[in-house]
Amino acid sequence: MKAITTDFEYLPATTVEEALELLSQHKDDEYRIIAGGQSLNTAMKHRLIAPEYIIDIKGISDLDYITFDPKEGLQIGACATHRSLEKSPIVREKYPVLCEMEENVASVETRNWGTVVGDLCNADPAVDPAPPLIALDAKMTIVSKDEERTVDAEDFATDFFDTTVQPGEMATKISIPVLPPNTGVFFTKYSQMQGDYALASASVLITLDNKKEICTNARIGLGGVGTTPLRAKLAEAVLIGKKITDEVLAEAAKVASEESSPVSGIEASAEYKKELAGTLVKRVGKIALERAQKA
Amino acid sequence: MKQQLNIVVNGESHELFIEPKTLLVQVIREHLGLKGTHQACDSSSCAACTVVIEGKAVKSCSILALQVNGKEVLTVEGLAQATKLHPIQQAFIDNWAFQCGFCTSGQIMATKALLDENLEPTREQIQEQLDGHICRCTGYNMIIEAVQDASKRLKVLKNLELQRDAAMKLPGKAAAQSQKWAQTAKSGKGA
Repeated sequence: MKAITTDFEYLPATTVEEALELLSQHKDDEYRIIAGGQSLNTAMKHRLIAPEYIIDIKGISDLDYITFDPKEGLQIGACATHRSLEKSPIVREKYPVLCEMEENVASVETRNWGTVVGDLCNADPAVDPAPPLIALDAKMTIVSKDEERTVDAEDFATDFFDTTVQPGEMATKISIPVLPPNTGVFFTKYSQMQGDYALASASVLITLDNKKEICTNARIGLGGVGTTPLRAKLAEAVLIGKKITDEVLAEAAKVASEESSPVSGIEASAEYKKELAGTLVKRVGKIALERAQKA
Repeated sequence: MKQQLNIVVNGESHELFIEPKTLLVQVIREHLGLKGTHQACDSSSCAACTVVIEGKAVKSCSILALQVNGKEVLTVEGLAQATKLHPIQQAFIDNWAFQCGFCTSGQIMATKALLDENLEPTREQIQEQLDGHICRCTGYNMIIEAVQDASKRLKVLKNLELQRDAAMKLPGKAAAQSQKWAQTAKSGKGA
């Protein structure tokens, strides 16, 4: 698959308004939005998709930002690359889990060009940023010509390679709230080769009370074990209100495993991925807990 | 319908009319005839096609040429000066860092981006930068040694340049010395 064979028109935008105008002129099944475009270009090379129009938003410099505010938290614009998130000093300080996640996304070259929001819009169920964003209670901002709305990170993807973004809309930013005190977060993925998409991935956030004994809040995001990234709410409920021991974590891991609904693939069976999801929640939860105790 | 592409490759401006579906690697190889950039896996998995776009290493097989409209691209052909190889290229040769050489231009371009940003990378930083590059001949140790060697060579050259610039400001004998340094820096024998 050396080349893209189907023709399309390439439409670059330099402002959000210009992009939204272009979106409104075309039908949803005719166009695709790209920022880095690496996933879409590869899909086109493999003859999986053949849009008539490609709307490129990478030139919208207003969307290339990563900012932190002590009240508002972290904002990641749609044109911020994986690499800029990985290398951002403020992200390293306030949300180290995001930098750790980025270090294993594909390779440096791919991270240099690809964007975090674009990766989420591609909506591979195993997309790396999704589980930690779910754990961090992130929101996605989606705009159209008429309105702006936000959705929770866990509701952004709706199916395999599909999102809640409607015709005429585009995702413009990720917002992550400030972490409460005594909070620890961790993420890990399991893949065949470093940089590959995950067979399964998990991120756990744990907040402890002032005495650092009882878990007052927990959030669990899973990747690669469903048609979309998932939030394991039942497993979270196992942790909340308890002193987290190895037994409690093992119980939460079992529940998370049951909540997952992976699909068999050439690399691993559904049963294997289900088991893996539980194992990851147990391991990741332990580190999140240690971080919360040290926080 | 063809669209206009303005692109600077290895310092030379080009104005082309291309099909939007044309990938950057196709423009580099087929339209401009620069065959040093290689295409192998074509699925963003091997990094043989790596070029440097405005200081960053990027895989040219995975992006449309029109996405780099107005930007500057550096390929492996842009490194050597006339018949004199770039210190990174020479370091790859001297350290036996390739056998068949197919992946080498990608490795060298990733190294170029790394050393431009950080002249003294740690072994871990080199491994991170070259992590996505697949080589089926050499084993990776010699490649890492080549990057470390290239880093040393470039550092020597940079120091010579700094000394030369400082000496340029001195009168008489020192100015003559600076000429000598300039010569040494140019021939690259400082390494």
